[in-house]
Amino acid sequence: MGLKERSGASITTYDPEGQENWVTTKLDFAVNWSRANSLWPMPFGTACCAIEFMATAASRFDLARFGMERMSFSPRQADLLICAGRVPFKLAPVIRRIWQQMPQPKWCISMGACASSGGMFDNYAVVQGIDTIIPVDVYVPGCPPRPEGLIYGIMMLQKKVMAERMSDKRLRNEMEPDPESGLYLTPPAIDELSEPFGNSVNQTRSAT
Amino acid sequence: MTGPAIPVLPGAADAGASPPVTPKGVPHRGGTPNPTAAALSGKFGAAVHRVDVIWGETTVTVDGARLLEIVRWLHDDASQRYDYLSDVTAVEFRDADQPIEVVWHLRSLPFRRFVRVKVLLARGAPLEVQSVWPVYKGADWIERECYDMFGIVFRGHPDLRRILMWEQYREGFPLRKDFPLRGRFSRAEQLRQALAANPEARYSMEELTIAQAFEDLPGEMRERLAGGEKTGE
Repeated sequence: MGLKERSGASITTYDPEGQENWVTTKLDFAVNWSRANSLWPMPFGTACCAIEFMATAASRFDLARFGMERMSFSPRQADLLICAGRVPFKLAPVIRRIWQQMPQPKWCISMGACASSGGMFDNYAVVQGIDTIIPVDVYVPGCPPRPEGLIYGIMMLQKKVMAERMSDKRLRNEMEPDPESGLYLTPPAIDELSEPFGNSVNQTRSAT
Repeated sequence: MTGPAIPVLPGAADAGASPPVTPKGVPHRGGTPNPTAAALSGKFGAAVHRVDVIWGETTVTVDGARLLEIVRWLHDDASQRYDYLSDVTAVEFRDADQPIEVVWHLRSLPFRRFVRVKVLLARGAPLEVQSVWPVYKGADWIERECYDMFGIVFRGHPDLRRILMWEQYREGFPLRKDFPLRGRFSRAEQLRQALAANPEARYSMEELTIAQAFEDLPGEMRERLAGGEKTGE
């Protein structure tokens, strides 16, 4: 510490070289810095992206470098939902429930093409992007993304967390779904988000 | 259109070519039929409509009304012993006149035989066949899947309901040819219906109660488990 006691005198002097153990900073910065570097992910792995996610967490890519070594398999102790893989309609209420169980502050990474857009599964069973169910902060493209890709997405999320202001109350508002339909977005917005693209525009939508 | 000529590989399209065979010399059609086929024809006569051998595998098309009887005989008869039902599925063809086929894959482990049993369901008639659940208990879930995907009703099944899609699913049977790939409803409506479901309501406690299932185990196995025996390491 910077306090030195002199024999015979009970006075405190200021020693500039001894003042290395305290800093002045903005509270926003300190809080965001600690949040960004200790994100606890809740892995929601449903497909091959989960395998890449496991590789990211393993020793070669070592997600622990980013403060994420503690996988939270309980949503109530998690900060970050990583949706790795396609989400079928049957799982839609499950991921919605998991998201609602996570306490604020919370973030979401949509990992891979299927979670972000439905990917090649433009069919009757798969949700066309989890952003139609829950809010998403970072989309990681790839099929599946390399661990480097996921880590880049995580670093982008850390940047986003660092830029947050505590005075901005909107950030922590829980999005309440419309009680009647259970949807966050309006039906036209969901239809637009789920529109076919690429090869699937050639498929017909109507029955017979 | 110009470009490099595409070489014609020997096959059915080339009139002069020899018919295709597998590396071990099994012809596409007309191989040796499984002895079960002849036994079935002898035993059930007119109920066996036709026998095909494709890539060495025998397919027997039978009368749907006598299916359970035939399958039971295949399972029980000492000369057949088809003790393993590997799959139940169905085939619908794009051609609207072709009947829908329901297919059972049966395997005899003692005799190392495989036979494929088919029943044709004519268009327009109700899609109903007999369940083989009384013979093979493993048919329970695979018949449910077949019902879920094709809408084929298995008469005599103890608990015929959807298994892959949720039970409130109202869009139809996804593997049928008249089912559009993206489903019948709009994405927003599909999502609304999916989110309206209670995730916990999908499982009946009946299915999950292990303690009750314990009573159904064979006595010898119950004894071992009750004694706290560890599984082999």
